[in-house]
Amino acid sequence: MNRRMILNTVGKMILWEGVFLLLPAVVALIYREACLLPILLTAAFALLTGGGLSWFCKPKDSVIYAREGFMIVSLSWGILSVIGAFPFWLSGEIPSYVDALFEIVSGFTTTGASILPDVEAMSRGLLFWRSFTHWIGGMGILVFVMAVLPNVSERSIHILRAEVPGPVVGKLVPRMKDTAKILYLIYFVMTGVQILLLLAGGMPAFDAVLHAFGTAGTGGFGIKADSLGGYSPYLQWVIAVFMLLFGVNFNLYYLILIRRFRAALKSREFWTYLAIIAAATAVITVNLHGASGAWGESLRHAFFQVSSIITTTGYSTVDFNLWPALSKGILLVLMVIGGCAGSTAGGLKVSRVVLIGKQIRRELQKLLHPRSVKSIHFEGRPVDEHTLTGVSSYLSVYLFSFGIVFLMICWEPFGFETNFSAVMACFNNVGPGFSAVGPLANYAAYSDFSKLVLSFAMLLGRLEIFPLIIFLSPSTWMRKKV
Amino acid sequence: MKTIVVGCGKIGTTVLASLIAEGHDAVAIDNAPQVISDITNIYDAIGVCGSGTDCEILSDAGVESADLFIAVTGSDEVNMLSCFIANQMGARHTVARIRNPEYNEGNLEFLRGRLGLSMVINPERTVARQLFNVLKLPTAAQVETFSGRHVEMVELKLKQDSALDGVKLSELRKKFPYKFLVCAVQRDDTVTVPDGGFVLRSGDKIGLTAPPSEVVKLLRGLNILQKQSRSVMILGAGTTSYYLSKLLLSEGFSVKIVEKDAHRCRIIAENLPEAVVIHGDGAQRELLLEEGLPRMDAFVALTGMDEENILVSYFAASRKVPKVIAKINRNEFSSVAEQLGLETLVSPLKTVSNVIVRYARALESSKDSSVESLYRIFDGKAEVLEFTVGDDCELMNIPLRELKLKPNTLIGGIIRGSTSIIPSGNDAVCAGDKVIVLTAGHRVNALSEIVQ
Repeated sequence: MNRRMILNTVGKMILWEGVFLLLPAVVALIYREACLLPILLTAAFALLTGGGLSWFCKPKDSVIYAREGFMIVSLSWGILSVIGAFPFWLSGEIPSYVDALFEIVSGFTTTGASILPDVEAMSRGLLFWRSFTHWIGGMGILVFVMAVLPNVSERSIHILRAEVPGPVVGKLVPRMKDTAKILYLIYFVMTGVQILLLLAGGMPAFDAVLHAFGTAGTGGFGIKADSLGGYSPYLQWVIAVFMLLFGVNFNLYYLILIRRFRAALKSREFWTYLAIIAAATAVITVNLHGASGAWGESLRHAFFQVSSIITTTGYSTVDFNLWPALSKGILLVLMVIGGCAGSTAGGLKVSRVVLIGKQIRRELQKLLHPRSVKSIHFEGRPVDEHTLTGVSSYLSVYLFSFGIVFLMICWEPFGFETNFSAVMACFNNVGPGFSAVGPLANYAAYSDFSKLVLSFAMLLGRLEIFPLIIFLSPSTWMRKKV
Repeated sequence: MKTIVVGCGKIGTTVLASLIAEGHDAVAIDNAPQVISDITNIYDAIGVCGSGTDCEILSDAGVESADLFIAVTGSDEVNMLSCFIANQMGARHTVARIRNPEYNEGNLEFLRGRLGLSMVINPERTVARQLFNVLKLPTAAQVETFSGRHVEMVELKLKQDSALDGVKLSELRKKFPYKFLVCAVQRDDTVTVPDGGFVLRSGDKIGLTAPPSEVVKLLRGLNILQKQSRSVMILGAGTTSYYLSKLLLSEGFSVKIVEKDAHRCRIIAENLPEAVVIHGDGAQRELLLEEGLPRMDAFVALTGMDEENILVSYFAASRKVPKVIAKINRNEFSSVAEQLGLETLVSPLKTVSNVIVRYARALESSKDSSVESLYRIFDGKAEVLEFTVGDDCELMNIPLRELKLKPNTLIGGIIRGSTSIIPSGNDAVCAGDKVIVLTAGHRVNALSEIVQ
């Protein structure tokens, strides 16, 4: 294993975190807040350690293989979270370090689960940092660094593969660096457009920027106690539509960018995604209308919540915890499905769900016609067996990890619904669950142990499990074993 | 530049790697999913899995906006068709690998014109040409030729008791007043462009430029000239053997070909009636000795198996055959072969990559000059380029002594019309000249880039 290369890259990541921390420092400076000092201290610490690490660990050769890719991604995400939590803790605004860590992991993994009892009491600099981690975590920290670093190692596809979600990871253009640049360009422009639309609707500038960060990364940290409930219907519609857009595979936007509209419209995953959203919205609207309220309002709340949950953002306009059981059931299923592959959303991903469905159909056909030969097609191409096995094994490991995480926190005294939905919401990077962890509540009541377990679950969900399992397995660390 | 490579076997992968190393965007097309996934794992390129003759696949790869389209699958016909389709779909330049002698003799120009091919690469023929050059000057480890064959670049390895050991380059010039220039020296693993004060040691590998006749005079003066090979034994009757034998026979060499496969023996015997074709296993010692291996002037191993080529060549060298050459199909083995003491190795992969890189640079080069040929010498640690000087080159008519060349860069020769100049400080470059430049450690696209 190329340890020097791993340490060198991780060092560069820490260095960049130091640079990122300068942004909230500017915000704190503008609003003249006391959190400026802790932020600057953390930034200085990150710049020094990161710079030192990448300076002293000059790799002899920059070749990385799949193993190094997984290690770099897992280590970077872990260490960035550990350092990113410092400002909250040092400023005393979140007195417990475990709480601060939970908050920042929730930020980087774009979960949006919070332990803050009163978010409106936080200083603006720290709120900015919290939401900004959504933005960088959404598209990927390493992808960003690849876009800006001058020379990228040849096999850096391994890093992209470990960080970008989805069953098959492809590049948009031949060069890794250009791919990363294009992804961030699309991301940047879409975020910018959303900010403008929010400003046009009369949202204060600070709120607009932070909500756009939360939407773009499909994170969902709110800055008001009632999330988005207090904003006008126009603003809620804008955010709902943008959440939906950020849950779409970014390759589609690239195809639109290079004017290959027909190819973009042919995407099966995209249409399935829209169909799921439409169906879920329709059922919930009818369900809500029956319970209370007018059609228009029901539709708005239903669409907003469906869009927020399927993209695993976690914003809310109403307390959906009070909704009828059918609507809550649908939301729970949407949490598992998640957005499209190659988007900033979490969950299983629509393409995996479609492939699993097709595999089930094939197995059924095999039972009826044992000698039948059938290849599975997706996006107009036959899917190779390797990918299919990958999808099935991902589902199994997903269920196993989910089970283990659930077992580890099921002893908490909050009842089954709370514990189950908490694991569901963290594991799929959604944020709010039901009952005691519903949209208007928070995770503060959990014990430190459970908070750490849930933080780990969020990382598992964001990095799609395998990198962390490989990172933790002893065989990766042993020098002599092959 | 946007490039597409169809067919990612050994040659295709080498082409892809050298294009990426040159800084071009590359898309790889291959039928086998495994090959594509390997390629995208290793190289910074996009892979498209599918047939190179399928319009949809080509369109996916972005052929409409491709600057350079290279088809190097195993089949000549697929390559031609693929290039034809690409050309029709809008690729600016198409290059096909066509190696079957059927297409290469006579109607190649016709095919090129009709198919709109910008270039045809034939690794076997290029390798055969390279082998032929070395067989004509067996003292050299490698011989590269430039336009019109007025100047050659000759690589020599200085043997243990060489007369050149401890000689200063400036003294060498005085002692042997011929037209030659020592351009590059490889000692251990470093390549330097030497000046007059440089002292040679035995074990050095030197590259010198000179007109062919002067090379012979110099080698004779140094008393290391080996007499030209007249009888050559070739192991393997593949396409390279065919092209090489044909060249050798046309210059009056006697050629003996040993081949295991009876069918191949028959084919080559039909096509080359003057060659002696032996049907038998070339790895058998008895057979080789019986066929008079120790009496041969040269032995060339050209089978598809690197192991066999290396070992049999080693055997031939131990039997004191004066010149032994082995073909290495995979780059992995060349260092092993060199450790065994085999001095002259030819590699189709390196040859192809040289040709492609030269072509890509020529496409990119500016108005002031264009790349005519490009060779990588000393394991790719140095490059020799031949430029044609355009009308508005900034370096024109300035005496070379006044040019501030970049470090490790040298003008090794100037070809003006049919005369060759081994330059001194007073010479200058004129429009229409062909200039041979040697660089180590950096990349040059145009003649104007050699000055600081």
